Amino acid sequence: MGEKVLMKGNEAIGEAAVSAGCRHFFGYPITPQSELPAYLAKKMPLVGGVFLQAESEISAINMVYGAACAGVRVMTSSSSPGVSLKQEGISYLAGAELPVLVCNVQRAGPGLGTIQPSQADYFQAVKGGGHGDYRLITLSPSSVQEIIDLIRLGFDLADKYKTPAMFLADGMLGQLMEPVDLGEYKSEIKEKPWALSGCEGRAKNTVTSIWINPEEMERHNIHLQEKYAEIKKNEQRWENFHFDDEAEFLVVAHGSMARIAKSAVIKAREEGIKASLIRPITLWPFPENAFSSLKSLKKILVVEMNMGQMVEDVRLVVNGRIPVEFFGRAGGMFPTVEQTLGKIRGLIK
Amino acid sequence: MHEELIIAGFGGQGVLLIGQMIAYAGLAENKHVLWMPAYGPETRGGFANCTVMVSDKELYSPVTTSPSSVIVMNLPSLDKFERSVEEGGLIVVNKSLVNREVFRGDIDKVVVPATEIATELGNVKAANMVALGAYIERRKTVKFETLINLLPKIFKGKEKLIPLNEKALIQGAEFVKNL
Repeated sequence: MGEKVLMKGNEAIGEAAVSAGCRHFFGYPITPQSELPAYLAKKMPLVGGVFLQAESEISAINMVYGAACAGVRVMTSSSSPGVSLKQEGISYLAGAELPVLVCNVQRAGPGLGTIQPSQADYFQAVKGGGHGDYRLITLSPSSVQEIIDLIRLGFDLADKYKTPAMFLADGMLGQLMEPVDLGEYKSEIKEKPWALSGCEGRAKNTVTSIWINPEEMERHNIHLQEKYAEIKKNEQRWENFHFDDEAEFLVVAHGSMARIAKSAVIKAREEGIKASLIRPITLWPFPENAFSSLKSLKKILVVEMNMGQMVEDVRLVVNGRIPVEFFGRAGGMFPTVEQTLGKIRGLIK
Repeated sequence: MHEELIIAGFGGQGVLLIGQMIAYAGLAENKHVLWMPAYGPETRGGFANCTVMVSDKELYSPVTTSPSSVIVMNLPSLDKFERSVEEGGLIVVNKSLVNREVFRGDIDKVVVPATEIATELGNVKAANMVALGAYIERRKTVKFETLINLLPKIFKGKEKLIPLNEKALIQGAEFVKNL
């Protein structure tokens, strides 16, 4: 255990990325994540890294593509409208099997929307925001400490599976300041023999997402799907909160929303309601294993800062075994502890 | 101990800073802490407020709709947050910029002329420290000495401001002691 320091969520993303060996950042400012590029603009020159403010989100994601080809750890970040702009590049990264970390500190949409927090980019992150059959490892932090831990994990998983990963936070977490323990972390970055590192004394490497021949294109798709199946098997992560053999009601929430929902679950338990919570940490792969046994559960309530997105994945995995209800607010508004508690009470009827 | 505090005022009154100081002090005393600003599209001016939580227990929701304490540095902030204070909670009011009484009869009230006291000390900008001193003296969320010990860290590179801010903190606390 190291000494705890207070850090803002957006700055923690930057600090964690540097500690994970990321020395290349390309981005374009947008609220509510601008503290992150501001932090890295100061920090990268001190550690011999590259910080570059591109002329747009689209050029930033293509710079990320280039750096990833060269085999370095690279990150970009933005907020919802900016992440929409990056989608073409993300599809190319998935097709070319390039390990990068893309951060989305979500704000409310659709369109230019507003700068207040939201979880409305869940579909975009986990269902494929760009074209083609691809998946993004998607990580959802719930505290500033977890931002540190999941940024490091995100780089490791991206490298391990040679695939882009999405770090899906929101404006509330980006602005939140909490104590963190940076620990004695040492990133172990493995060799990337496939990288375009200058072709001397070895065979030529090619990184591409174009496969003109449909037979080859299909083979590549099958290869990608096998990789995604492996990720789904190995990398599901979630947190159980008071989810024991006696729990009758289950709340499912992720990220900031899970923090608010936990407070509501504690209050419900004080009232004698056998409430519990599952917090998905990997949104893709969705933690299906968390729901393998519904134990004594009677009903599930999914709470989100959107109009109902993750609830579809919960319903898929529950598959009609018990009722799944939904409560959400949108547009930068979010369910309060009291409103969530009211919905938990409503499950009893 | 579990404190959920909202501090509100105009942008530039230093409400975010004193909120961070309480969070730093809570951390120094090994408590669970968090600080969260309400953020808007303005770069300067407008209204500013932040939520600070200090607790012996793990903190979950970072937002509160019924704070145990509120510090208001101006009238619009009193209008906005007076009703939300939890029953039996505390409200600290900067009397210098609030020309009405606090209506609530079920909460503790500390009415301090923070802006006037700061002006007498030579810098109107220290009104936030006066309010902070008054709040801590009444609520004891963190130790007064912990706040004083933080000043060199908070004013790193602006050390000449430390004596003024220390005096403002002390004056705020003294005002409450003499109530």
